[in-house]
Amino acid sequence: MARRYDSSTTTFSPEGRLHQVEYAIEAINNAGTCVGILAKDGIVMASEKRITSGLLAPAKTSEKTYQLCPHASCNVAGLTADANILIEQARLRAGRYAYQYQEPIPVEQLVEFVCNYKQFYTQRGGLRPFGVAFLFAGYDEQYGFQLYQSDPSGNYSGWKATVIGANNQAGKSLLKTEYKTGEEEGDQIPDVDEALKLAVKVLNKTMDGTTAAAASEKMELYTMTLDEDGECVHKILNKVEAQKVIDAVESESASAGDS
Amino acid sequence: MDTVLGITYNGGVIMAADQSNGRSILTYQKNLDKIAKLTNYSMMGVSGPNCDLVNFTEYIAKNLNLYELSNEGTKLSTHAQANYARGEMAAALRRGPYQVNVLLGGYDEGKKSPSSLYYLDYLGALHKVKHGAQGYAQYFCSSIFDKEYSDNLTEEEAIKIIEHCIAEMQTRFLISQPNFIIKKVDKDGVSVISFGGDPADT
Repeated sequence: MARRYDSSTTTFSPEGRLHQVEYAIEAINNAGTCVGILAKDGIVMASEKRITSGLLAPAKTSEKTYQLCPHASCNVAGLTADANILIEQARLRAGRYAYQYQEPIPVEQLVEFVCNYKQFYTQRGGLRPFGVAFLFAGYDEQYGFQLYQSDPSGNYSGWKATVIGANNQAGKSLLKTEYKTGEEEGDQIPDVDEALKLAVKVLNKTMDGTTAAAASEKMELYTMTLDEDGECVHKILNKVEAQKVIDAVESESASAGDS
Repeated sequence: MDTVLGITYNGGVIMAADQSNGRSILTYQKNLDKIAKLTNYSMMGVSGPNCDLVNFTEYIAKNLNLYELSNEGTKLSTHAQANYARGEMAAALRRGPYQVNVLLGGYDEGKKSPSSLYYLDYLGALHKVKHGAQGYAQYFCSSIFDKEYSDNLTEEEAIKIIEHCIAEMQTRFLISQPNFIIKKVDKDGVSVISFGGDPADT
């Protein structure tokens, strides 16, 4: 029965559902995992790099993390080809805003623009929705550091810490217990270094927790902070730096197991 | 023919404009308000033919209002507003230019120096200024501003300088400008300080 409504993204099924959109969201749940964590002094994003073949020439730039403008970046889960189209649109929008107002675009406006673009493809006939979910990390004057996630339907939401992609449920439940929101007395939002470790911890869990998973070749760690002039600093940790964080997490969990 | 004056002080901007509306050798009215409120915290004093004056100010004001509506109340800074107005002015220049020269003043709550004033001419040249004048008033008032302006003026001192400028215009300028309207923008928004002819009169 559902088959009849599968091929068209624009038609509701009798149960009131849009199957193509739901399938697209489902496709993301098998994609490489991305973790985003809001820190006191920045944002951390960590993503799982899937190695397809040893013969494949390594990518010259990151395939998971993309800078959109001087004050925003995103992590991609899903089809990279689809993501490239959306990233191009986001960069164009950010550039046009800066040209028009000579000021950086507010982060949520940029996110909303990309999501409106995605939503359009769930309504127009004959078009396939974008098979991409994003984590957006951004900074603006009014709201400071912000973290958003978006899905193929065009929905987006702001988070203190979240996970998209494969095993995101497991990752989210770990964050729920380990992330300190700073709302209760005595606890504090983590700083970037603590957030990095927590992100690696989450990735370890979503990547089945195998010992092989905890390798810098399979993880990409990204941080966004401010320098003393208030300008955003985007950084993808190199192999040595990433391994350092991963080792720190490993030794911490080993000593925690002893007690 | 028109006079628009503006000066920043500690905590706001004062703006003044003559209220005459005329063309050729004829005066149409003496109670025109040439200082339009753009947003709750910014205003634009405009000199030029009445048609372009109304067209340009409304176009900018309504678009800034649209921005706030479509972005859940997000406000543009005075800097962004001035650059937006400049962009529109420059785009119009190669089509059918607006023959208007503008002073744009605003107050940004929470910024390091909240009050700011921008000078924009019909060619699309934009400058951030501490004080400024548009029209023939430039010849009469630049020296007054230069002599009397200082950083950390109070509101009263700023109004006094503007009043000095107006007195000078009314003494030395050949064309009669009997009425002036004076407005300010500060932490409480845009308000009228005084006027010669009530703009509400028909």
